[in-house]
Amino acid sequence: MRQFIFFLFLLLACFLVLMPATIKIGPRTLYRPQIKYRDLEFHLGLDLQGGTHLVYQADTGKIAAADRADAVKATKDNIERRVNLLGVSESLVQTSQVGSDSRLIIELPGISDVAEAINTIGATAQLEFRESAVATPSAQTDFTSTGLTGADLKLAQVQFGGSSDQISGTPSVGIEFSPDGGKKFAEITKRNIDKPLAIFLDNQLVSAPNVQQEITGGQAVISGQFTLDEAKRLVVQLNAGALPVPIKIVEQKNIGATLGSESITKSLFAGFVGLLLIWLFMAANYGIKGLLADFALIIYILITLSVFKLVPVTLTLAGIAGFILSIGMAVDANILIFERMKEEIRWGRPVSAAMELGFHRAWNSIRDSNVSSLITAGILFWFGSGPVRGFALTLILGILVSLFTSITVTRSLLRLVYTRK
Amino acid sequence: MKFMKFKWLYFGISLLILIPGIYSLIRYGLRLSIDFTGGTLLEIQATGSANFAGVAKDQNLELYSVQSTGDNSYLLRFKPLSQEENDKFKKALGDAVEKRFETVGPLIGKELTQKAILSIILASLFIILYIAWSFRSIPKPYASWKFGVSAVIALLHDVFVVLGLFSLFGHYFHVEIDSLFVTAILTVIGFSVHDTIVVFDRIRENLTKHPRVNFTQIVDFSIAETLNRSLSTSLTVTLTLTALLLFGGESIRWFVVALLIGIVSGTYSSIFNAAPLLVLWENKKHG
Repeated sequence: MRQFIFFLFLLLACFLVLMPATIKIGPRTLYRPQIKYRDLEFHLGLDLQGGTHLVYQADTGKIAAADRADAVKATKDNIERRVNLLGVSESLVQTSQVGSDSRLIIELPGISDVAEAINTIGATAQLEFRESAVATPSAQTDFTSTGLTGADLKLAQVQFGGSSDQISGTPSVGIEFSPDGGKKFAEITKRNIDKPLAIFLDNQLVSAPNVQQEITGGQAVISGQFTLDEAKRLVVQLNAGALPVPIKIVEQKNIGATLGSESITKSLFAGFVGLLLIWLFMAANYGIKGLLADFALIIYILITLSVFKLVPVTLTLAGIAGFILSIGMAVDANILIFERMKEEIRWGRPVSAAMELGFHRAWNSIRDSNVSSLITAGILFWFGSGPVRGFALTLILGILVSLFTSITVTRSLLRLVYTRK
Repeated sequence: MKFMKFKWLYFGISLLILIPGIYSLIRYGLRLSIDFTGGTLLEIQATGSANFAGVAKDQNLELYSVQSTGDNSYLLRFKPLSQEENDKFKKALGDAVEKRFETVGPLIGKELTQKAILSIILASLFIILYIAWSFRSIPKPYASWKFGVSAVIALLHDVFVVLGLFSLFGHYFHVEIDSLFVTAILTVIGFSVHDTIVVFDRIRENLTKHPRVNFTQIVDFSIAETLNRSLSTSLTVTLTLTALLLFGGESIRWFVVALLIGIVSGTYSSIFNAAPLLVLWENKKHG
């Protein structure tokens, strides 16, 4: 009885995790419970939802060995900011270390303009303030560097209005300097009163307002003819600055969205057919016991899918194949136990004793064989990346869950059936 | 059942499949995908008249091969292309729709090869160690590490069956080996050992139960006892894989084929290679 309540709880928990965000029943709406840190959605890999997978190699050759890890981390943070600028949901930026090489892995699901994404990621935004030797400069070359650059920047943000010569409501970019930068800025503005001070971004003149007085507060405003989007983009680029480490693409995979959704439908259908075949096989081969194993298999599928949502596991095509394969392997423990029971009965044991012995004696085989599968799956997980990892993870979780369902669940069900007599 | 009487026949059947495969491996090798060699794979849907070679030549792109995948779709292989080169190429083709674009640098390819070999070696090593440890209670004079080594020989058999057949597939049907294939091989390794252990486990149990019976007989009835289970499990896995093969779509087809071959071979090798090897080995020593 206690076990029965436990299973009911388990099924209820699975239902709550697996249900869609809302279910409408007549006038009422059921909401999926919300938990912290997890959105309880299936996470689909790039091969299933389409998108772009990029691997960059970071060139750390010019950086002292001790600072490399920090430089790569800073590059990753910058790229993350730029990726967020692209507005891709569920994007992913990771670093990976292969031998002495540092890599950045970027996944952009559902992106359409790959070229723009690549440009944004690799872009360098170098801010520089330049002063002019002449009073009314006519060309960009009239300006000379002041030594005040983006490196002296503390923060940039979008603001409206800003400087006096602008209509309020027009977006501009407010910048705040670091203490050092603020001092430099004060000196530069002091010696350039009534002269233009130019703001250059990536060697392009953005604006060159006239300095009216010395600015000591460590703050300034860049007011070009920005649209709101342009201002926002500039802010991100300024905050990100130039990438600390040069990067180049070493691997790129674009997957069209239609190919992905076709794959999902097909593999789900294949999984369903496979499941049906196993059900029939177990029922035909082991009768009532087979039906109980079939029931345990349903619980296996529910628990595994719940675990996929909770971990969360990013589902790839290979991962789904791994899951479907694991459905086939999940009944193995049951087959081992049932075959053992048959033997014990043949050797003259009563049914209930044969059942307990079947579970007991089959355990060694089940344990050893599953440990060996876990070893190979573990090595796959350790060495693989991307789809290989997804496959290994689904296999590992599948093996662990199947150990639980095919032994605990089936045993309770069998006891229920055989002890009633 | 006197399974072990025919052990040479079992080895013969294995060799019958292994020899052409290994010959092909030496003669033709494996057809490696860009995952290993580096390069660009572009799958596009274009009108039938698209002149891929001409456009590629105009733009100085090294186009290795064009392969039709039906439905007006084509698989093009290049020396690594950048996104800009890709866009320019598609633009020149007119109304081409990109389905897939993959570029792998040569460095990444080399790493994958090393990783694949290393992981197969590591998996074998760990399995020998685990079996040696797990079968340590086996009664003397039988040695547990021999069980481990036999299991690994059986798994190498399965690996070479799959590799050999895929070398032939590569030669005759242009099937390529990619990183998913490595995954399939490692999964096959896991399954093969899984199966072997079930047979070995029964041998271990029977050795303890019947200390006076000779080893060949023990193996014979251990196999007879576990045969039902081995076939049932293989059947369920084969059923799910067949469903995947028939309905799972193009992109994982050869992955599933590799698994299917490996799992059938794994079942065979556990019963007809691993156990007979053990018999051969033990009998040589104890007469």
